[in-house]
Amino acid sequence: MSTPLGRSEAAGPPTGAPDWEKAQAEPEFQELRRRLRSFVFPVSGLFLAWYLLYVLLSVYAPGFMSTKIGGNFNIGLLMGLLQFVTTFAITWWYVRWANRRFDPLARSIREELEQR
Amino acid sequence: MITTNLAQSALETASNPLLNTAIFTVFVVVTLAIVVRVNRRRTETTGDFYTAGSAFSGRQNGIAISGDYLSAASFLGIAGAIALNGYDGFLYSIGFLVAWLVALLLVAELLRNTGRYTMGDVLAFRMRQKPVRAAAATSTLVVSFFYLLAQMAGAGGLVALLLNVTSGFGQAVVIAIVGVLMIAYVLIGGMRGTTWVQIIKAVLLIAGALLMTLWVLALVGFNFSGLLGEAVANSSKLGEQLLNPGNQYKNPIDFISLSLALVLGTAGLPHILMRFYTVPTAQEARRSVSWAVALIGLFYLFTLVLGYGAAALVGADVIRSAPGAANSAAPLLAAHLGGTLLLGLISAVAFATILAVVAGLTITASASFAHDIYTNVLKSGEASPQQEVKVARMTAVVIGVLAIVGGILANGQNVAFLVALAFAVAASANLPTILYSLFWKRFNTTGAQWSIYGGLISTIVLIVFSPVVSGKPVDPATGKSASMLQGVDFHWFPLDNPGIVSIPLSFLLGYLGTVLSSRRDPADPQKYAEMEVRSLTGVGVEKAVTH
Repeated sequence: MSTPLGRSEAAGPPTGAPDWEKAQAEPEFQELRRRLRSFVFPVSGLFLAWYLLYVLLSVYAPGFMSTKIGGNFNIGLLMGLLQFVTTFAITWWYVRWANRRFDPLARSIREELEQR
Repeated sequence: MITTNLAQSALETASNPLLNTAIFTVFVVVTLAIVVRVNRRRTETTGDFYTAGSAFSGRQNGIAISGDYLSAASFLGIAGAIALNGYDGFLYSIGFLVAWLVALLLVAELLRNTGRYTMGDVLAFRMRQKPVRAAAATSTLVVSFFYLLAQMAGAGGLVALLLNVTSGFGQAVVIAIVGVLMIAYVLIGGMRGTTWVQIIKAVLLIAGALLMTLWVLALVGFNFSGLLGEAVANSSKLGEQLLNPGNQYKNPIDFISLSLALVLGTAGLPHILMRFYTVPTAQEARRSVSWAVALIGLFYLFTLVLGYGAAALVGADVIRSAPGAANSAAPLLAAHLGGTLLLGLISAVAFATILAVVAGLTITASASFAHDIYTNVLKSGEASPQQEVKVARMTAVVIGVLAIVGGILANGQNVAFLVALAFAVAASANLPTILYSLFWKRFNTTGAQWSIYGGLISTIVLIVFSPVVSGKPVDPATGKSASMLQGVDFHWFPLDNPGIVSIPLSFLLGYLGTVLSSRRDPADPQKYAEMEVRSLTGVGVEKAVTH
């Protein structure tokens, strides 16, 4: 078995399994949970709102989106390309955040739990 | 019709069916050889068959995800939509990319740490096994089957276009060949073989698109604005309007509804969710998604150049009157650039694309049936891994046969809406349930059933009574309605896309089901504690795979 997770296959919790409610209540874990939620929820709201703004402008303000900004480029094309830029940037930002701010704390909690 | 003759001769003179078939055969032989090779040391465990022992690296999985996700519809469909309708095709492609942020931030890593093989695993972690597994498997099978049917029916149209197979019987034979190959990949290779097929296909598809993109840009002196100008000059029907929104999506609410389904559906597609289990850790799942975002984003940037390139170099009139219309834009561009050989290569890549996508769908559906329904619902968790894999293999054969029959029956029908429908079901039934399950402590079995079945049923009912199925006005030019059914009209839902209603409805039902049943069906706080600690820290997941 590669992982001991599936409940249906596992014959009950292994001996010395952590007390999960106690582990959840530890201040370190609460801090980890707070860090995750305070990053992923606002950032998700942000990119969804930004994408929706782009869609709404495209369908309700085609005149504005058709405004030329140089050569054959218009605002619509620019905003579409900016969606690519922000998607790449948020991916990079999240990975950097997770490597620096999330993984080290998660690792120390995990190691502590697995030693018990 | 001078343009028709031009278009047909452009494809017919450039296309060499023998060459196209030969290149495609080489792809099949090489991939089958690899599939057999990587599985020489194969064992009959469930983990091996479903998730290749979770031994892929994040980069490999990221490439495979692109291979699983970029269907022929993305390649031929979006390039064609840009060539004919300009800006709106580009607008459509962006939803497919932004959607990956939902997977990255909210789903991939936590899912990796809480499940093993299927979406049902995540729900069953802290809820009553049988009802939630049955619900998750139902939704998985429905999404996979719609998606599969669209791909198989598309294969029929594609051969008509690329191999000049115009008879219904000939197309049926090709659909059957695709189905048989798909079954072979899954039976011989399991998830490991399927993943390698997807990796090879992704590399070929992205390399082919890159080559054509650079070629097009080189022809215009790397002046993209100049390319846009030529595309406009060559589009007699739209002209300047080619660069502006509003050519394809006339109903704003309908497009908003479609956008919601695209952006929220990706992270609920079962065959995408299953890919996160093929890597050992949450970190590798994160790496998978960053690779997928980079590759998928680049690919859609290429299609932007290819679409406008086809409009500029081939011309919208020629594309519109070619067999396959919009879908022929990329093949016609390939023929224009590199003649018979490049057209053959691109045709083979398009076929490879279908094969890799359908194989991924088949293994997902068979895993869900065998693991969730057979082992955990019917056998109450008592089946041995050998029995379960045997059931999964039989399911793959059954699904393959159903897909062949369904694909042949749907060939020539207007079933392009099935892909959008699959995304709508994934966004309505699956995503709300997964998010509640991962993040909301009180969420319970009743809530999960309400959100899955509510999302699934509302999406399908709204589609059945939408203009997609019946009641679109008859086009005087062709004498046919754009709806799937001709000559009847029982639609009452005004939109083609149900997402704007069904997605909020499913979130609401999940909430109501939970709070209304919280007395008789309370959530287990201890199980939630375990799930939360495991999902965030990866306790118990990472140690086991250090070999």
